Amino acid sequence: MRKVWDFHGGVHPPENKSQSLQSPLREAPLPTYVVLPLSMHVGAPAIACVAVGDKVKRGQLIAEPSGAFSAGIHASISGEVSAIEDRQISHPSGNPGPAIIIQSDGADESVTIEPIANYMQAEPDLLVKRVRQAGIAGLGGAGFPTHIKLNPLSKVDTLIINGAECEPYITADHALFKTFPEKVIQGIELLAHILGNPKQILIGIEDNKPDAIDALKQAAAGTNIEVVTVPTKYPSGGEKQLIQLLTGLEVPSGKLPANLGIMVQNPGTAVAVLEAVAEGKALTSRITTFVGQNLKESVNLEVRIGTTLTEVLTHLGLDLEHAHKVVLGGPMMGFAMPDPNTPILKISNCVLVPSKLELPDPEPAQPCIRCGSCAEVCPAQLLPQQLFWFAQAEDHENLQNHNLFDCIECGACSFVCPSNIPLVQYYRASKGAIREADRERIASDRARRRFEVRNLRVEREAQEREAKRAARMQAAKEKQAHSASQSAEKSPSSDEDLVAAAMARVKAQASADSGSASSEQSVQNKTQALQERIENLKSKISACEQNKEQNRLASELANAEAQLERFQKQNSETAESAAVAKAEIQPNADPDSASAAIERAKAKARAQADMPEAEKLQQTLDSLEKRIEKASERVKQARTESSDTLVALENGLQKLLEKKAEAQARLSELKEESKEQENP
Amino acid sequence: MPLWGLAAWSPYKKMEIFLEHIVLIAVLTLTGLAILFGAILGAASVKFKVEGDPLVEQIDTLLPQTQCGQCGYPGCKPYATAIADGKADINRCPPGGHATIQSLADLLGVEVKPLDAEHGVEAEVKTVAYIREDECIGCTKCIQACPVDAILGAAKLMHTVVVSECTGCDLCVEPCPVDCIDMLPVEQPLSEWSWNLPPSTREVLGNMKAGDLIGSDRSDSSSGKGDRAA
Amino acid sequence: MTELFTILIGTVLVNNFVLVQFLGLCPFMGVSTKLESAIGMSAATTFVLTLASVCSYLVNAYVLEPFNLEFLRTISFILVIATVVSFSKMYIEKTSPVLYRVLGIYIPLITTNCAVLGVALLNVTKSHNFFQSGLYGFGAGVGFSLVLILFAAMRERITVADTPAPFRGAAIGMITAGLMSLAFMGFGGLVAL
Repeated sequence: MRKVWDFHGGVHPPENKSQSLQSPLREAPLPTYVVLPLSMHVGAPAIACVAVGDKVKRGQLIAEPSGAFSAGIHASISGEVSAIEDRQISHPSGNPGPAIIIQSDGADESVTIEPIANYMQAEPDLLVKRVRQAGIAGLGGAGFPTHIKLNPLSKVDTLIINGAECEPYITADHALFKTFPEKVIQGIELLAHILGNPKQILIGIEDNKPDAIDALKQAAAGTNIEVVTVPTKYPSGGEKQLIQLLTGLEVPSGKLPANLGIMVQNPGTAVAVLEAVAEGKALTSRITTFVGQNLKESVNLEVRIGTTLTEVLTHLGLDLEHAHKVVLGGPMMGFAMPDPNTPILKISNCVLVPSKLELPDPEPAQPCIRCGSCAEVCPAQLLPQQLFWFAQAEDHENLQNHNLFDCIECGACSFVCPSNIPLVQYYRASKGAIREADRERIASDRARRRFEVRNLRVEREAQEREAKRAARMQAAKEKQAHSASQSAEKSPSSDEDLVAAAMARVKAQASADSGSASSEQSVQNKTQALQERIENLKSKISACEQNKEQNRLASELANAEAQLERFQKQNSETAESAAVAKAEIQPNADPDSASAAIERAKAKARAQADMPEAEKLQQTLDSLEKRIEKASERVKQARTESSDTLVALENGLQKLLEKKAEAQARLSELKEESKEQENP
Repeated sequence: MPLWGLAAWSPYKKMEIFLEHIVLIAVLTLTGLAILFGAILGAASVKFKVEGDPLVEQIDTLLPQTQCGQCGYPGCKPYATAIADGKADINRCPPGGHATIQSLADLLGVEVKPLDAEHGVEAEVKTVAYIREDECIGCTKCIQACPVDAILGAAKLMHTVVVSECTGCDLCVEPCPVDCIDMLPVEQPLSEWSWNLPPSTREVLGNMKAGDLIGSDRSDSSSGKGDRAA
Repeated sequence: MTELFTILIGTVLVNNFVLVQFLGLCPFMGVSTKLESAIGMSAATTFVLTLASVCSYLVNAYVLEPFNLEFLRTISFILVIATVVSFSKMYIEKTSPVLYRVLGIYIPLITTNCAVLGVALLNVTKSHNFFQSGLYGFGAGVGFSLVLILFAAMRERITVADTPAPFRGAAIGMITAGLMSLAFMGFGGLVAL
């Protein structure tokens, strides 16, 4: 007899496992459609690689893993992709998320990846790659991408298969053991091969499954896989608890089993890996327990991943009208789904549909009487009572000092609490709050660094400007001195040189606007480019069939033509001003003409300033009118295209209209005042 | 006196002289002690001179760094300095909200106060700036206003907000001459969702009705509801 | 040897300065909301108590008594205590600005802590010699620290607990201190002092 240790605490809720074991494991009927969320695993969500309308077969990759820490999604039925949108995705929050919806075509055709022959001799790297290709994630409930787990950083001495299934009602692994014990053993052998043949291979299984134990022992005869029976206690199926039971070792706080050279895998995952390697099948179905007094039949079914609960529960005789609750998961760690139109995920091991008598609503929480029962049962040897007080007070520092993040959220403490306090809710909420505070701190540190860098930049720019100005003054002084000594005909006026420099800048600006050194060449180029674009658009419009596209292209065409007009006009203006500038920079330039130009500009500015307010307002109104016109055009366009920026554009238009109203009001006020002045 | 002249310095005489000048002696003694202790303290104050103020850094770490100025100070560092000097109260930061007030109270050992409504209210949802690019005229005024350089652009070229760096301080909205900047709410991704705290026991007890605890107090019969028909 | 042991046990447990003699209650109630500040405060007070006790003994023995200035005892002891406190204030400010900010006004208030003056005067009453005075002051400090830290740890838990509204804050603190005081009365008779 192999020694079995014990872990601290634990509870013994009523097992309720017999209901779902009365009928044997069978396949669920093919669903009419499946909803495949892009995120059914720990890590980055997968990225869809099919489009609406594509025909897919079972086993076909429809979403690629995004980066290293991710898993792919495969179609679980054959049919057509009917939508890629936000749907209910069995998330605890009840919020929708992105999913790929496939309508079944009834044919159920599948594609497979090339099976690997002689997989027990194959390179582990190749096998791990195949696991990744098949999109396998931990089927026990966590959903960790298996290909990452099978590539540990340190050597694995002990491989433990988690057959405990300690949570009441759930019998999925039990059914698997009874029905396919050889597959389980072969899968485990394959895992052992991938991990470089660990010294110990153990299957931990609770003693309330005698038939499964016998079947496994028979199938494992002759291999070095040991089937170890552990006493029934919740939560002996927790990873750290099972390790403690089978090896007596405790995983240190904040560390992983891999640090101890131990790896724990779910038996369903082992079988999935076997099927992926030996039969080339991607992960498209799983065994799920459907149980509850509100179901006509409680049974274990092999369901396609993505099957909505409504479909499969109706098949099992659920009266959705009278359903009290639909719980995804078991009674200890599951969560209720507000909308049963939600899919089975890779990690859904149980669907519990209890009656009110079976799983009554929780009673209201009463004050804590400090009995300490919670600390007696905590498998992680934490102090749930203290965590409760600190969680209520939102005291993050003390929560972390009391190892909040070592809590496995098993629910044993809430189970025994005589005051019905929902302890695990407090811990989940506190963990979320602490994670959010950490995120905010990182963001604010980043913002502070950016602020400091920006201040440095502004300072540096100011200094550079100062330096440049000083250099320019210096250069001007030198040039003045130089030219003064040189020519006697030119009246030595620094003004002229500055003006000449200004004119030169204007000319340079004009040529820069045209885009290249030689202004005329670039003007020609740009005009040509615009004309080509217009031609292109015209041809596209005539070739296009759909109306919507046509409208869009038509508006683009209008834009392009307007742009061309504007550019040509601007060009002529620039040419004019350039000519003017050229004329004014004649070597024997009369300084008077330059100063005359300056005078003119000054006069214009003065006139602008002296203009009576009414005229200014009129000008503003005119320009506003033009902008409103443009804005309303754009809004109309956005409306026909139902573009995303519609709201923003409408806001802008609103603001412009308000400004116009203001200006008009002010103008009418002024007019009144002037009238009053005339008629005292 | 003349007869016991020889015993002029007897203890009794000493006591008399002492008692005559007692005030003087007491004053001298105390002054001497005071000078001695003063010297010791003077030496100590030179040896233990404190430079700078690391507390300001610690306070600044807790502030959200939006540099929005809603607290009345031109940035988070000046506000931190004011708190350290005792000039400003800890409840003036709306972007930091209740969480920041709590952590400041923890650090400084003062009581938690509610957010001062005069300086703004805590925003329900985080917002970031969005520039309507069709209307942008490329004036760079918003770029100059942004305290964390979260707006990408240059003169006469398109300006756009880098959403991941924008802190939502809305300092860019004012300077824009064509009013093309909106503050839009940011959607929180599902990966950042978390549960809420359950209602406190006090709330639960306060909201309890007859029948919640004692079944026979229940006014309506709830058997059969939610159970499988037949 | 037993005498020193007696003094120590006496000051720490039997005649605890805070809970039995009810001296030094101001920092006891004021700094006991957080455990870290309580630890800092108790270290500061122990330091002050020991040093002030020794210096007071020296001043008394070599300045006051030779010149028959016993009536200046109170004022000169206060002078000594104020100096020692100012010195420790500067030291704390230099070495731990956070603790300095957390303790805040309570550091200079050690000057007015009746336990410090009490220790100095009690040394005179009990005619302790130099070494005994030092030990007496140190023992008083240890007793103060013990009780302050215990009380702070309890208060941290009481703050987050479900206290009825009229009792929250200092009220339940006082009641707790009273109960602790009752407990410490159990040490009476441990040492015949």
